[in-house]
Amino acid sequence: MNLERLRQLQPCLWTLPRTLGEERGEVLLYGSAPLLVSMDDKVLEQIANVASLPGLVGAAMTMPDAHWGYGFPIGGIAAFDAEQGGVISAGGVGFDISCGIRCLRSNLDLEDAVEYFPQLGNALFRAIPAGVGEEGEIKLNPEQLDQVMHGGAHWAVQQGYGTAADLDYVEEQGRVAGAIPDNVSELAKKRQRGEMGTLGSGNHYLEVQVVDRIFDPAVALAFGLHEGQILISIHCGSRGLGHQIGTDYLVLLAKAASRLGIHLPDRELACAPVNSPEGQQYMGAMNAAINCALANRQILTHLARSVFTEVYPQAELETLFDVSHNTCKAETHQIDGESRLLYVHRKGATRAFGPGHPMLPERYRQVGQPVVIGGSMGTGSYILVGDSENPAFASSSHGAGRAMSRHQALARWKGRALVDELAQQGILIHTRSMRGVAEEAPGAYKDVDLVAEATEEAGLARRVAFLRPKVCVKG
Amino acid sequence: MEKQRGNSGEAAWVRLSDGSKDNLCVPGQTSSYFEHDADIGIIGRGDTLEQAFETAAQAVFGIVTPLDKVQPQTSVKIEFEESDHELALVTWLNLLLGKARELGMVFSRFHVQRRENLWSTEALGEKWREVMERGVEVKGATLTMLSVKQTGAMWEARCIVDV
Repeated sequence: MNLERLRQLQPCLWTLPRTLGEERGEVLLYGSAPLLVSMDDKVLEQIANVASLPGLVGAAMTMPDAHWGYGFPIGGIAAFDAEQGGVISAGGVGFDISCGIRCLRSNLDLEDAVEYFPQLGNALFRAIPAGVGEEGEIKLNPEQLDQVMHGGAHWAVQQGYGTAADLDYVEEQGRVAGAIPDNVSELAKKRQRGEMGTLGSGNHYLEVQVVDRIFDPAVALAFGLHEGQILISIHCGSRGLGHQIGTDYLVLLAKAASRLGIHLPDRELACAPVNSPEGQQYMGAMNAAINCALANRQILTHLARSVFTEVYPQAELETLFDVSHNTCKAETHQIDGESRLLYVHRKGATRAFGPGHPMLPERYRQVGQPVVIGGSMGTGSYILVGDSENPAFASSSHGAGRAMSRHQALARWKGRALVDELAQQGILIHTRSMRGVAEEAPGAYKDVDLVAEATEEAGLARRVAFLRPKVCVKG
Repeated sequence: MEKQRGNSGEAAWVRLSDGSKDNLCVPGQTSSYFEHDADIGIIGRGDTLEQAFETAAQAVFGIVTPLDKVQPQTSVKIEFEESDHELALVTWLNLLLGKARELGMVFSRFHVQRRENLWSTEALGEKWREVMERGVEVKGATLTMLSVKQTGAMWEARCIVDV
């Protein structure tokens, strides 16, 4: 990205000044100069497009891990006021609706667990359906799928996947209101029939990690974290159901925007006013997909627990937190001293409530919400905590962010060699797709340390702990 | 022996994405790819609009698995109506992806016929087998960088797909 087009407001905050006659809202970019330089200019183009959508409140923003996406940039945030003609955009949520990370803390330490990592990796790989073409053992009939779409993680717990204690630590307590299964197409429902409890492909993973470094001991204590502790992160979303809902509504909302005279600089920004019939229809379907994703991660939690207790009979895994990073959520925010209901799109960005937020479970209410920046399989991930002064509608970075295309990564790395190289570093990779490993090479991602530092510097969230990968089941 | 087979498969896949802007996916076909940070740009080209759609579909399913290993055993027919050529491309690719996931199949051959706004299409492939090399799941075809156009005698269809 050419920084000459930007004006620096703070060390990790930049704006894109409007050109003469340009009619759009404000654009803010969070991140350090090195991170922004590494971004494609398309990020700027895409976030400027977002800033031109009707009913935008405040600025359209990008997070420090932003990269070029489709419609919205990945790491893009925009909030809209329905009472001012604000829109909901299928392109602002993406295909993988409610993709997110469930993080589990264990009562195991590295020194006790390391000896059995090979068995653990093999057992996880057998138990967790991962990769393209893989199906789960759970097959749902249409009635059961409707229950998933209404019940989210609650449905999964009722079926015996996990415990009620998990639900306190899942965003929205495991279930969003407003899901309307009737707004979900038959094809979407058929696509999901064999995909409950599957990880998916691409950048999805189940990773066993060790707490390598604590940055904030007080918050780490509240989160139940200590150095040397084993954690598990599960990164996946709403699977075929969400993909098909994204597909169905992309074209429907693109046509609605055209009919309603909403100018779309990129048709992928397909949107309709929140209060229009199409907007409400999408909202009901999207919420159904969110619940499906929450149920899916709950089932995968259960599968991971079963494997852990098989390999380590003394193992106990508790949910640290579960938060999505591809959503549009109705939230109340203070704007110029006034409480307003906004529709906050986070596409590749994590919600990050600060201390005192009423939606946080009691355990975290004093310190703030756990936030996960998922890194590559070779470097590591961060746990951060939400900041009450967060300037971005309580949003934060969600990952390391790609630094190069999949195309470039495939040309540079070979999957088999990477798996061997990581094994020498003590990181065991299990995958059905060597192509996937090459595309997801650690070197294809930005420096996760720089992303976490910039996230903290920008006041989005504060670092609590750094996690190193040990065993990874790649989608 | 197994390592050799893995290397061979991997090399074939690297060859189809060797870093250049446009390059061939399957020998003899005119599918290709273009750069995108997070996802993958696909291109289909042909002498007719319909052929461009067919090769665009090969580009999509070439991401999922090497197509030369997929037997065209089972036929799936899909019909839809769409007057806008660009929306027709995205609609068709997404119907294929949806049908493939619903049936647990992967497709390797495609036929497209059009009568005004009515698109009658056929996809041939088979159910996933354990020996098939796993690539990357395509979640959907997007409207980003979407274009369907005729340049000289050649039709070209392209868009970004989310993986």
